[in-house]
Amino acid sequence: MNDATFIELTGRPLIAGEARGPLLRLTHPISFWGGVDPVRGQIVDPRHPEFESIITGTVLAIPAAVGSSSSSAIMLELLREETAPAAILMGKADAILALGGVVGQELGYAPIPIIEVAPSDLERLPDGASVTVLKDGRVTLS
Amino acid sequence: MRSSWPGGGPGGSLPAMSLHLTQPERDLLAGRSGEAAALAMRVVTSAAELLGAESLVEISSAHIDGCLHHGDGGVEFAEALLKGDGQVVVPTTLNVGALDLLHPNVVRADGHKTDMARRQMQAYVAMGAEPTFTCAPYQVGHEPGVGEQVAWGESNAIAFVNSVLGARTERYGDFLDACCALTGRAPLFGLHLEENRTAKVIVDATNVPEALKSRDVFYPVLGTWLGLELGQEIPVIKGLPRTTTRDQLKALGAAAASSGAVALFHVAGVTPEAPTVQAALSLGREEDSAGPVEWVSQAIPHLPRTIHLESGGLQHALSRLSTAADTERIDAVALGSPHFSASEFRALHHCVRGRQLGVPFYVCTARDTLAEVESAGIADELRAAGVEIVADTCVVVTPILPARDGVLMTNSGKFAHYGPSNTGYDVLYGSLEDCVESAITGDVMRSDEVWAW
Repeated sequence: MNDATFIELTGRPLIAGEARGPLLRLTHPISFWGGVDPVRGQIVDPRHPEFESIITGTVLAIPAAVGSSSSSAIMLELLREETAPAAILMGKADAILALGGVVGQELGYAPIPIIEVAPSDLERLPDGASVTVLKDGRVTLS
Repeated sequence: MRSSWPGGGPGGSLPAMSLHLTQPERDLLAGRSGEAAALAMRVVTSAAELLGAESLVEISSAHIDGCLHHGDGGVEFAEALLKGDGQVVVPTTLNVGALDLLHPNVVRADGHKTDMARRQMQAYVAMGAEPTFTCAPYQVGHEPGVGEQVAWGESNAIAFVNSVLGARTERYGDFLDACCALTGRAPLFGLHLEENRTAKVIVDATNVPEALKSRDVFYPVLGTWLGLELGQEIPVIKGLPRTTTRDQLKALGAAAASSGAVALFHVAGVTPEAPTVQAALSLGREEDSAGPVEWVSQAIPHLPRTIHLESGGLQHALSRLSTAADTERIDAVALGSPHFSASEFRALHHCVRGRQLGVPFYVCTARDTLAEVESAGIADELRAAGVEIVADTCVVVTPILPARDGVLMTNSGKFAHYGPSNTGYDVLYGSLEDCVESAITGDVMRSDEVWAW
């Protein structure tokens, strides 16, 4: 598979919504706690391959969340600080990042879509391209 | 994999039909036990939907990770629950906070953060949780039994309660852990179900020299290797000594849950669900079908893969634990992630032997463990040697270290993992003995020969 073959994929909305942004594909799993600074919206784990990347406004594709269960709280802070990605595409659903989104909604903060996408589909996504996430879980080139 | 909700997201709307709720659960959702319980139930049912659970399970305890201040959202959430008359309905312990409430000058935070961190810790105590403030509640008398259903947060506590105690929890994040405590329910999925606790891969440590396996310094490295190699795949490790200690298993799990998402590991002959390798490979299956065969589908049997632990892999994991491997000087030492146990305090006391430590030296622990070592007379002797004992919190979750950068030496895989991003310090990994010897003058003293094989 290469970039040229990418047209559209369909994932499972964990939190449904619409968004558009440049795709930032992480090449390694990440722990938001210890890995993302919610004030700056930036990857701060120096050992992560995408160290120093800004995630704010991106469609953030991550193979998996790892590490601390405090990552839900970082997700909430990203929503409160308005430094969140435009959307998150996850290779594997878990109860941690999406929960930060659910609680954000309970507290009245604007949610972002979080979509579970097959890992093989994630790899097809062209890094840097502008992509659109639709309510039904479809991800297309903008 | 089940499909998503019809239409909107999880927040606010009723759960989809696929989640079966009992009448008492519906009553909670309808607000019959108050607003906080209803909010908590919405979060629990949303999580259940997210995870594809078909029902909820009653839990017998909870460990709440959500009392640590990461930003004011955590306070907002806790106080929303408190305002809605939230009360925990099962025995509930609290994880570390961002303050040492016993030693208020230890944490270097500004007034706003200090206030908010205190409010967050107090809100959960006001809701009936026990003020344990430790990442290792299993060291202060909270030990669920084999097969008990619980909802625990904090990655090392999750790994420990699942693996070493054989109780059953999934990886609960901040908020969901509190919501489980307020409702007494958790989504029935994943590691709550015996069939999902089966080992999928055999890790064979037989070839690792016994001299290395007997050392505490081995276990964080093994854990780091596991996390990197397996992510969240469940291993059964064979070839570890039957005498492997709880502290060693704690260190293994904490490191594995930092470098990967390991929430359960089995150790053959050591952990309760793995009296044998075979038993760990057969969990949740009928006795008569238990065999050396792992079924990936109805039709195709295959043997679980075996990974032989080799020197190269361990060396790689070892090197990941130091970002300042070539340094000759250290600026500080931190121990106690997970929180130091009483037996670890005794080992430290033995190493220090009344000598004076020349660099800032922190040991993080639970207030209950501190009380125990205070009464044993160890705490004062360690303080006299230059050890600063930190309770209720730890050096990678809140500003305690004296500078913005430098080199921090530790025997903890978890401190080594999170130190650089959370404290600004580079890290150097070593054994407890290495940490003490290096702290005498600040010159690195590390005995690496145990790794040569």
